[in-house]
Amino acid sequence: MLAKRIIPCLDVKDGRVVKGKQFIQLRDAGDPVELAMYYNGQGADELVFLDISASNEGRNTMVDVVKAVAAKLAIPFTVGGGIHSLENIKALLRAGADKVSLNSSAVENPGLITAGADFFGCQCIVCAIDAKFDPETSSYRVYTHGGQKQTDLDAIEWAKKAVSLGAGEILLTSMDQDGEKSGFELNLTRKISEAVDVPVIASGGAGKASDFFDAFSAGKADAALAASIFHYKETSVAQVKTYLKQKGVAIR
Amino acid sequence: MIGIVDYGMGNLYSLSQALKRLDQDFVISDHSSELAGTDGLILPGVGAFKDAMALLNEKGLSAFLTRYVQEKPLLGICLGMQLLFEESEEGSLTKGLAFLSGRVARFSGISQVTGERYKVPHMGWNTLEFKQPDSPLLNALEPDYAYFVHSYYAETKDSSILIATADYHEQVPAVVGSGHIFGTQFHPEKSGVFGQALLKNYLDFVKRMPQAKAAVSRAAASLSSGEEEK
Repeated sequence: MLAKRIIPCLDVKDGRVVKGKQFIQLRDAGDPVELAMYYNGQGADELVFLDISASNEGRNTMVDVVKAVAAKLAIPFTVGGGIHSLENIKALLRAGADKVSLNSSAVENPGLITAGADFFGCQCIVCAIDAKFDPETSSYRVYTHGGQKQTDLDAIEWAKKAVSLGAGEILLTSMDQDGEKSGFELNLTRKISEAVDVPVIASGGAGKASDFFDAFSAGKADAALAASIFHYKETSVAQVKTYLKQKGVAIR
Repeated sequence: MIGIVDYGMGNLYSLSQALKRLDQDFVISDHSSELAGTDGLILPGVGAFKDAMALLNEKGLSAFLTRYVQEKPLLGICLGMQLLFEESEEGSLTKGLAFLSGRVARFSGISQVTGERYKVPHMGWNTLEFKQPDSPLLNALEPDYAYFVHSYYAETKDSSILIATADYHEQVPAVVGSGHIFGTQFHPEKSGVFGQALLKNYLDFVKRMPQAKAAVSRAAASLSSGEEEK
């Protein structure tokens, strides 16, 4: 049986792992390769590296980080952040990343999804969506640039479009929940999971093991991503997986 | 020496690093002259079947592989496994290498049992069922999770080639093989400890192959000389 995936996310800035709360405050912590192997040992099913470097130098460092990780890690990993061209995609995949995730650049240039999918197959193009509830319209709006820029896009419609363009997976981050540790955004996660035929990763809001159970059951997610709670050892991947197994969820 | 067939489809870095971790010498090449000297090949690949076959044909590698596998072992991974079959319906109908009998079809996305929609690609860790636990590729292994990512799967009526399967709304051939030709639909280089052990089994098989063949030919020689004496 296909297992639900638990995915720790590592925010990387200039080659070092950091984690942002609500996308703003940063706390420095760790070497990417060391952390990757730590999470692998804990039973992580996959890893996501999010490059939040602001400079070109920082982004170029990411290719080296990817190579160093791929040399050691024997599970799949995705790289996102600052990917603007097919050349960027090629460089990261050739360095050993299994998938790239496109966020702002996909909104600005949806053709990039198709170009990447045509070249490497849709399985390696993840469309990352940062969404926030808009009480005025009672809908979820897509934000770009690390959550700073509001767009006119409806999150569900954008997810459907991204898949039709060639995205092989959706990484959905709820900005309302991110950093709150009060659970994933289940309503939107379920809506998007039902609206598209590709796997959906729930992200933002994980605070405890039962939040993951909710993401898979009520949220119908195929995978769930978290950063801080793993990173600061509030709980571990192993603990979350043990809990989910007890609850009867298919877990590796 | 292992040869990784580099025909321009996908990312060979992770696979090459996995071989490095197993202290395995390898060469990455698209030249049949370079690959001919190896003891066994790995045919990787991600992307579209049609593009892959076009590249293999263009580079003269299809004909080379057909000759190679008469003597020496080959392991196809993911798309590389699918290429071992007769044809694929991906894009327009495309002929494959036809080392194994069967065709490559897309997951329908609709369960035959419940009529409900399911997700395609089949992405993530799925359990294996061993059909031939005695296969050299499964030596000393117990059924475990392996990492899959694919939208097409091999359909075959020849159950003798099914070494292990996975269940994803269809019976998915996960490890296939006939003689010294093998394929895995999942990515052993991404399947953690289990995947690494399976890769090692293939490498060990490749190492044993010349001795095994020598033994067979010695036996054949003694048989024929015995016949002559009569």
